[in-house]
Amino acid sequence: MERLLEIKNLRTSFFTHVGEVQAVRGVSFHLDKGEAIGIVGESGSGKSITMMSVMRLLADNGKIVEGEILFEGRDLAKLPENEMQKVRGNEIGMIFQDPMTSLNPVLTVGDQLMEPLIKHKKMSKEEAFNRAVHMLELVGIPSPKSRMSQYPHEFSGGMRQRVMIAMALACEPKLLIADEPTTALDVTIQAQILELMKDLKQKINTSIILITHDLGVVADLCSRINVMYGGLIAETGTTRDIFYNPKHPYTWGLLNSVPNPKNLVKERLKPIDGQPPDLLKPPAGCPFAPRCQYAMRICMTQRPPLFEIGEGHKAACWLNHKDAPKVEAPIRRGDL
Amino acid sequence: MNKPLLEIKNLKKYFPIKKGLFNKTAHYLKAVDNVSFTINKGETLGLVGESGCGKTTCGRTIIKLYEPTDGQIIYDGVDIAKFSDKQMLEYRKKMQMIFQDPYASLDPRMTVGDIIGEAIDVHKLMGPKEREERIQYLLNRVGLNSEHASRYPHEFSGGQRQRIGIARALAVQPEFIICDEPISALDVSIQAQVVNMLEDLQSDLGLTYLFIAHDLSMVKHISNRVGVMYLGKLVELADSNELYTKPLHPYTQALLSAIPIPDPDESAKKKRIVLEGEIPSPIDPPPGCRFKNRCRYAKPICSEQEPVFKDMGGGHFVACHLY
Repeated sequence: MERLLEIKNLRTSFFTHVGEVQAVRGVSFHLDKGEAIGIVGESGSGKSITMMSVMRLLADNGKIVEGEILFEGRDLAKLPENEMQKVRGNEIGMIFQDPMTSLNPVLTVGDQLMEPLIKHKKMSKEEAFNRAVHMLELVGIPSPKSRMSQYPHEFSGGMRQRVMIAMALACEPKLLIADEPTTALDVTIQAQILELMKDLKQKINTSIILITHDLGVVADLCSRINVMYGGLIAETGTTRDIFYNPKHPYTWGLLNSVPNPKNLVKERLKPIDGQPPDLLKPPAGCPFAPRCQYAMRICMTQRPPLFEIGEGHKAACWLNHKDAPKVEAPIRRGDL
Repeated sequence: MNKPLLEIKNLKKYFPIKKGLFNKTAHYLKAVDNVSFTINKGETLGLVGESGCGKTTCGRTIIKLYEPTDGQIIYDGVDIAKFSDKQMLEYRKKMQMIFQDPYASLDPRMTVGDIIGEAIDVHKLMGPKEREERIQYLLNRVGLNSEHASRYPHEFSGGQRQRIGIARALAVQPEFIICDEPISALDVSIQAQVVNMLEDLQSDLGLTYLFIAHDLSMVKHISNRVGVMYLGKLVELADSNELYTKPLHPYTQALLSAIPIPDPDESAKKKRIVLEGEIPSPIDPPPGCRFKNRCRYAKPICSEQEPVFKDMGGGHFVACHLY
């Protein structure tokens, strides 16, 4: 498979009046053409900032400190802004979390859909109009022609997210970044949107990076998963590796903190106690160590490397060192 | 356990939509339309449905943040539906609410101590020293530190704010708490912390919960019984395991099948019933069953007659013409 995106040792920081917030602290992963991968983690894990770095949409005080973002061989981290504008929305499309605030309320949906087509694809107004109508049809919006002249407030949440997807896909990007695309939506609408993304992935062969904190959402769509914590990759592997053979206590915690609806006997949830780390003063060792019940002395002082578990399956946890005590993964999944 | 604490009978909440020069009421938005259920002492009743189905309005009407249009709200044998604000004061001590958005539901200009103590002041329950002690106790009870009392909400994370919201609800020693999507704004790992705490509080203090949410797996976990709402109507109500294993209403079936499963093999096996379209407008809804235009089994009778909410045995209620 051909490599589409390769991130190498990315470090992104925000320089605030209280100091440097190290949001992303050395992240590497790759994405092949036509593949869908997931990035899972809680708020503050650096998952969104990693993708914002790829899009170069960081706030003014944010900066890519180190690392390469190779998109088809070009390093986006060093691309000048005018070049970057040709990438954004054209080669890489992005869907944001909140469909209520990410559309422009004073422009019609049609204008917003046609804008990238006219700008990037140099289409005439008429061509762009037809293409936009086609896109709305593709994402399943009824009577797309009359919808073109309506404003975002005339659309419901699910419909707005469809418009966002139509807009992100209008220029047929090679990569679609979806940042929590369904978090603000109802389960029924979430199912529709996920179904649509799966469908579109096949139809137009777009690669997808899905950012979410919901493991259920990635299980369905993605072939590989990166679990992020404290600005670092905690575990990476195929979806099956992560769900059936997880090797990082944080992944165990994530899997255990959602109730299994199949369980008929009421069981107490096992939350991950404590709070995520303060990235203003990131811990010297493993960022998860203060919340980890298996933490050893080394975890507090030395950051664990990504230990190789199997082909493409790596976990940044000292428990995977050959001299570490053997710990049985406390996953309830087995007793189903 | 089986003594009803709260009985809701034919509760209605219509919002008038005014139009024209003389503000004539042209239409009604029927947010809650003829809903009946009971909540037993010490029980958790879950209420689920898509946004716009009226579950939040239902909760707010029960606690009389909205004036009910019609129906009875019988709390401990007394119908409070028509009570004035003054009469309600006593009941507000017994009924409290935890709100959805921990970022918007705490006054940013009040310290955490004052936020929690406000209700104590309103009801003139305690002197200053006692009040202080109560606040300290509550903060510790929800897993925060005593010194947090002098801080402001912006200094806390989402999960901590929701704990403050819970401490505020507990301040007046209520019997009944309406939890309106208390965890949907939180991260998965933090959700489990808050849910566990709510369960502990319930068993320690003998609380009764109405738990409103759209996350079915969490609702099932925390509730003894679950009610499903659609467009202002209760369409199904059953024991939570029963509802999950034997959903009767086509809408419940679709809702359950839409839950994403955190298990790739299970997820691949599962057949999804993807509902077409979205929840229609509750403004002057058409006659008959309100789910008919999205229902796979719709028959002619569904457009003519409204299905009755009937008991299918064992306290499993459903409103559908299939049964």
